[in-house]
Amino acid sequence: MLLGPALAISAVLFTLGVAGVLFRRNAIVIFMCVELMLNAVNLTFVALAQGLGVAGQVFVFFVMAVAAAEAAVGLAIILAVYRHKQSVSLQNMNLLKDG
Amino acid sequence: MILTFFWIFGVIAMGSALLCITRKNPVASALWLVVTLFALAAMFVLLDAQFIAVLQVLVYAGAIMVLFLFVIMLLNLGRPGPSDIKGPVGVLIAVVLAGAMLLQLRVLGDATLAEAVRLPPGTVAALQQQQGMVGAVATPLFEAYLVPFEIASVLLLAAIVGAVVLAKRKL
Repeated sequence: MLLGPALAISAVLFTLGVAGVLFRRNAIVIFMCVELMLNAVNLTFVALAQGLGVAGQVFVFFVMAVAAAEAAVGLAIILAVYRHKQSVSLQNMNLLKDG
Repeated sequence: MILTFFWIFGVIAMGSALLCITRKNPVASALWLVVTLFALAAMFVLLDAQFIAVLQVLVYAGAIMVLFLFVIMLLNLGRPGPSDIKGPVGVLIAVVLAGAMLLQLRVLGDATLAEAVRLPPGTVAALQQQQGMVGAVATPLFEAYLVPFEIASVLLLAAIVGAVVLAKRKL
């Protein structure tokens, strides 16, 4: 009954996350947009678990574990980059760029 | 009734997600994301996933967002400064690409499950009545998904070690 609305809302949330990644430059905000995308996927898992069994809810656990690991390592990388460049803007992260 | 509440929380989630990606200040962005996560937790309750909703509040809105805010404040990014949002061309490209993606994902709204794979209505709710909210999720987690569970614990250990190594100046 709630499947259609839930999938529609999660599609909108995922798209907002993608848009945020595309038009922001701050690395931390881009990270938050990635978390938003992961949460949109969690919503589809929970919505489908209602009709297909609790395995969908178990998968949300794994998504949360991966999100926590990703947040910890990603924020550590941002801290290390900030120490070098004094900035978290992706514009200044061009070490591999030619010239 | 449930559908009305679901749409109310859905609109809150979508609105605060939009504010999250458009606020200039990273602290404001993070706080709007917390609002989105709470609205999602409410939607999980309406979808018969109360335990997942509790975890959402504890792990996401609690732990992960505190980590984000901690780093934002550690790097002192909350002060006013030039916006990190790209220029008009960048925003236009982002909106066009995101719009194309939304058009492709729009069909999800009319999705229905095939009779052959769908459980009879109320099966999950009956299972939760029988085994309890936590038990219904924990039983498959520790039986059918035991190996992925152990791999997830190794992943978390690797993430802890990696974060310490990356963030420390000298070991």
